[in-house]
Amino acid sequence: MEAERLKRLEAAARQVRYDIVEAIGNIGIGHFGGALSIVEVLTVLYFSQMNASPANAKDPGRDKLVLSKGHAGPALYAVLAQKGYFPRETLFTLNQGGTSLPSHCDRNLTPGIDMTTGSLGQGLSVAIGMALADRMDGRKNRIFAIIGDGESDEGQVWEAAMAASQYGLSNLIAFTDYNKMNIDGLTSEIMNLDDLGAKWRAFNWNVLRTDGHDLEAIDRAIDAARLESDRPTMIILDTIKGKGCSIAEGKLSSHNMAISKEQKEKALGELSAAMGELS
Amino acid sequence: MAEITGTTWTCYDSNTMTQAEIYGRVLTELGEKDPRVVGVTADLANSTKIGVFGKAFPDRLFNVGIAEQNLFGVAAGLAKSGLIPFASTFAAFASMRAAEQVRTDICYQNLPVKIIATHAGVAFGQAGTTHHCLEDIAIMRAFPNMTVIVPADGIETANAVRASMDIPGPVYIRVGRGFEPKFHASEDYGFRVGKAQRFREGTDLTIIACGIAVLQAAEAAKLLAASDGLSIRVVNMHTIKPIDREEVLAAIRETRRILTVEEHSVIGGLGGAVADVIAESGKGCAFSKLGFNDEFSVVGYPEDLYSHYRLDANGIADAVRAIMGRDFEEDESWEDEV
Ligand SMILES: Cc1ncc(C[n+]2csc(CCOP(=O)(O)OP(=O)(O)O)c2C)c(N)n1
Ligand SMILES: [Mg+2]
Repeated sequence: MEAERLKRLEAAARQVRYDIVEAIGNIGIGHFGGALSIVEVLTVLYFSQMNASPANAKDPGRDKLVLSKGHAGPALYAVLAQKGYFPRETLFTLNQGGTSLPSHCDRNLTPGIDMTTGSLGQGLSVAIGMALADRMDGRKNRIFAIIGDGESDEGQVWEAAMAASQYGLSNLIAFTDYNKMNIDGLTSEIMNLDDLGAKWRAFNWNVLRTDGHDLEAIDRAIDAARLESDRPTMIILDTIKGKGCSIAEGKLSSHNMAISKEQKEKALGELSAAMGELS
Repeated sequence: MAEITGTTWTCYDSNTMTQAEIYGRVLTELGEKDPRVVGVTADLANSTKIGVFGKAFPDRLFNVGIAEQNLFGVAAGLAKSGLIPFASTFAAFASMRAAEQVRTDICYQNLPVKIIATHAGVAFGQAGTTHHCLEDIAIMRAFPNMTVIVPADGIETANAVRASMDIPGPVYIRVGRGFEPKFHASEDYGFRVGKAQRFREGTDLTIIACGIAVLQAAEAAKLLAASDGLSIRVVNMHTIKPIDREEVLAAIRETRRILTVEEHSVIGGLGGAVADVIAESGKGCAFSKLGFNDEFSVVGYPEDLYSHYRLDANGIADAVRAIMGRDFEEDESWEDEV
């Protein structure tokens, strides 16, 4: 990736991270952990890979994303605001009465959201339906989906895994946000996923694995996935829950965390210092 | 250790503990008394407070990961083998994701699985519509063998959880989220499964309520007495199934007007259960159901949603006035009947 492009992506990601912390910080509690762990993949998707913008929001041929771990909504909202789907100020209505931004993704309320999610395990199946429809109509777009590692406990995920390879959906590119944590504890202790890559390979998916906080690596992985011609691709992202926010990073408590005004200010200070370094 | 049954202990303060926290404590006590008690959850040990039991008995709590269908299947297997599983997750997932496992594996086998479902109704307000649950009473009521209880507060949750041990079959106890205001002053009010609590006497109309609506109904009755001179009976129908038919029949006979209030769809919940009794009685009765109409609930803070959906004292009072204003007579004419 040229240095200039990488720099733009880095700036976008930092802004997304800042906006997540500010929006959740304003209401004092929210899903920091799972939102901050997908900042990079969302940034690469919307600022490098996906053909999706407010201008083509109604075009059936656009690329679409199902954020199946819907509790990470605030991360996607920050991206969509930066893409111009709605004004940045809207981010600060998060969770409030009458908002278009509830804490879980809602296609009925939010411009740019392709599917309502929040009940874990359901999103990948819907992505399959969308991918089938696009293929039937001869569209060349891609359907993207992001699931959680804890979410992968749900049986429906594996029903979908079987179906996607059965149908040879090479237009489906999914990600697992492998941040190694659920709510109640470490994924390895609650329900061990063991060799997650081997599981998806056993379901006949093309499986790639990369550092989920490395923008270039994610971008390359998606480029590689696009070359696949007869199987769906699962890109396993090694991530850190709460990444980039010192009070949340790597902490189990970051899942749905309360944050004080002082903590918010401190976190935002750190993030804006980092933004300054960059520019 | 406190007594588990009996009428003289009030050890849980529902001003400082959520319904779920009280549940966790009571379950721990049940576990101390009875080794058959085990817990099962799906990555919500902390959120539902079944984790309190798990801290005390790490070997008796099974966390199956985020897999609700598996959760209720596992609970059925445990129960079939002589244990008494308490299974906890959010109400939306207990009643909908795993509905068939609950029906066939648990209810059809008539197994003593106690489902303590938290964050019911719109208690999850800001989380969004996916996390609201306004269908569970209707769903659970429809399953044969299932007992359905909707406690009015934390104290009643304690009573219901303890009482569930004496029921040989499956039980669904529907719990809210947070610091729902306390309704009962103490645990000693004679809680009995299937027997409604007549909280306030009245002759003009009966409000039959459950869950958080009971306190609001009691407030509305006070308000209506002061401002409209109305004598309103208030019934806490904590057990939706089996419904206390006698109490409903008494309300028809003695007040001839009934309003049901619930944090649930008006289809198939408390209102539906009461409507069945009224219709089958063959007696005339002015009747209205207050709850969530046939539409998906909006997003907002729970307190705001309660007033938005008119489930607060003022909303209930208005609904009562609307029934009082109806031209209802005890005559043979159909022309002007409701
Ligand atoms: C069907 C269902 N069960 C339970 C929940 C409650 N819940 C929300 S997030 C979460 C943990 C998710 O873990 P993971 O998928 O690893 O997400 P992340 O770590 O990325 O936040 C749980 C159990 C839910 N939303 N949906
Ligand atoms: Mg995780």
